[in-house]
Amino acid sequence: MILHRDDDPTRRPILVETGDFHEVTDIITLPAESKPTATWVILLLMSLSLLSVMVGMIGYLFWEGTGVWGVNIPVGWGWAIVNFVWWIGIGHAGTLISAILFLFRQKWRTAINRFSEAMTIFAVMCAGIFPGIHVGRIWVIYWVFPLPNQMSAWPNFRSPLLWDVFAVSTYFTVSVLFWYMGLIPDLATFRDRATTKIRKVVLHIFSLGWRGSARHWQNYERAYLILAAISTPLVLSVHSIVSFDFAVSKVPGWHTTIFPPYFVAGAVFSGFALVETLLIIARQVFGLQKVVRMHHLDNMNKFMLLTGSLVGYAYGMELFIAWYSGNVYEKFAFYNRALGEYWWAYWIMVTCNVVIPQLFWFKKIRFNIPIMFIITIFINIGMWFERFVIVITLHADFLPSSWGYYRPTWVDIWTYIGTFGLFGTFFLLFMKYLPQLAIAEVKGVMPEASPHFGDAHHAPVGAKSGANSKGH
Amino acid sequence: MEKTISEVKPKVFGVLAEFSSPKDVYHAAEKVRDKGFKKWDVHSPFPIHGIDGAMGLGDSRVGWIALFAAMAGCFGGFGLQYWINMFAQPVVIGGKPLNPYPAFVPVTFEPGILFTAFGCLLGMLALNGLPRLYHATFKSKNFHRFSDNGFFISIEAKDPRFNLNETKKLLEDIGGRNIEVLED
Repeated sequence: MILHRDDDPTRRPILVETGDFHEVTDIITLPAESKPTATWVILLLMSLSLLSVMVGMIGYLFWEGTGVWGVNIPVGWGWAIVNFVWWIGIGHAGTLISAILFLFRQKWRTAINRFSEAMTIFAVMCAGIFPGIHVGRIWVIYWVFPLPNQMSAWPNFRSPLLWDVFAVSTYFTVSVLFWYMGLIPDLATFRDRATTKIRKVVLHIFSLGWRGSARHWQNYERAYLILAAISTPLVLSVHSIVSFDFAVSKVPGWHTTIFPPYFVAGAVFSGFALVETLLIIARQVFGLQKVVRMHHLDNMNKFMLLTGSLVGYAYGMELFIAWYSGNVYEKFAFYNRALGEYWWAYWIMVTCNVVIPQLFWFKKIRFNIPIMFIITIFINIGMWFERFVIVITLHADFLPSSWGYYRPTWVDIWTYIGTFGLFGTFFLLFMKYLPQLAIAEVKGVMPEASPHFGDAHHAPVGAKSGANSKGH
Repeated sequence: MEKTISEVKPKVFGVLAEFSSPKDVYHAAEKVRDKGFKKWDVHSPFPIHGIDGAMGLGDSRVGWIALFAAMAGCFGGFGLQYWINMFAQPVVIGGKPLNPYPAFVPVTFEPGILFTAFGCLLGMLALNGLPRLYHATFKSKNFHRFSDNGFFISIEAKDPRFNLNETKKLLEDIGGRNIEVLED
């Protein structure tokens, strides 16, 4: 059963203060059933403007060709792949929170899983744009798929770039299915509370006639469990395959076996940072302090401390192997990263990803919202620079005569900024019109949900709640 | 509203009773199970732990559907690559074999996952008979609470042990409130 296996009925989960199912429904449905706030409308308009900037930039790119970007030989991969890897890495935390924490029966995940699943979908959309538009001849983009055609030509299945197509499209589809499946019971809750005709009809269709039947729940829970179980290796495989884009090539500084685990750790790291950034904002804007508690933020901070340290270890190991390998090209690649023309990018990366997250060793900082908010922003910047540092290794390869310096153009910059508009628009619409928290799951982890609630052989519920609810 | 005897009576779908907590509905379900009913159901806002045991349900079959979907995805993915590289477009690149199966692992794995995900969602819906936009329970004036804080037991008239008055009485005896007769 969902989230019940480790049930200790003597302990009220830190998740919900209330013992009333109806109150939970009211809290979570409130934003969707009330009028949009001014803050929300302003944020949506800002997002829409950025989104139109992105659409304009992409239109210009299609019209003019990829020459409007700063990419050229020797740096044939510029901001586009940096942004792609960055966005898709961000998405990974969402799957991780919903799938891995589910498998480990971490009840606290219910506070953040719906957000992070939504975030995954929108981040993967932003990520998918870049490989989609970078091809030059956009009208033959369907060549990436193995479709029969008049040339009898097929894609090259030995290329990591093709593996990427399969990994990313599978990842997007599975994330959408997982998310939608979680939404079905909650959409039924929305349907049953709907007052207007249009809401009733739309929600009735999308909730598929869900009627909370125990026979249905049984199949539902099994299906959800399997989806969680397959999403876990999926998320690891996706970022491993993304790292193959680099690792399978023979460029010094890229051709290393550490890349898959190092990319996965970095992805989780940046994803948790962005989930927390958004969560802190959403918590304030929508008044979710009762459900998203300090304890959850603390758990996420610990996750970032762990993955940040893993990333720091990977940086150190890369340097060590470059020296230990005795390979001059490898040695030069890392010397050049840290002390060459792009030294500033390398040290921004190290500061943001390795040094700053170490502050999370201090409990005071893990429980201080403004400071953790700033740290998460630093992590997001640092992880963008990590990908930049890796990609930019290209600027000084084997022959000094072909070295060059890469600069993004204004189109590069505005396309990237524009993707925040895409992300923001979808995220704000989600926050307003869909259940931000998994209503059924939140209810399911309350002690009152147990069929043995209040039975004599259990200690009184809530006895330890004070000890467990750190902060508020 | 008065009805004449010539009017056809609407068909009875079953009886619906409301319970106030997961605990109540759980123990009530045990009693309905012990009476030997087969066509009945429990409705709750979230899955109640152990309710399948209290109702005497067997195991879910979604796993089998997912397994077959996974096999189809993996074999399909590998088969596609093998066929393309061995038969449709055999090109020797760098003197490497036509069938470098380690390079085919990603596109074997990913379709396997993709098909499993579809198998889970569609299999779950198919086993549940969803989407189904009409159901007799939706006519009830109380039933909308199932998605909020209400817990219900419905016993269908199709069950061989169903008897309108006795079943109503049974639901009352085991603690049911707001007992309703549902018409189909």
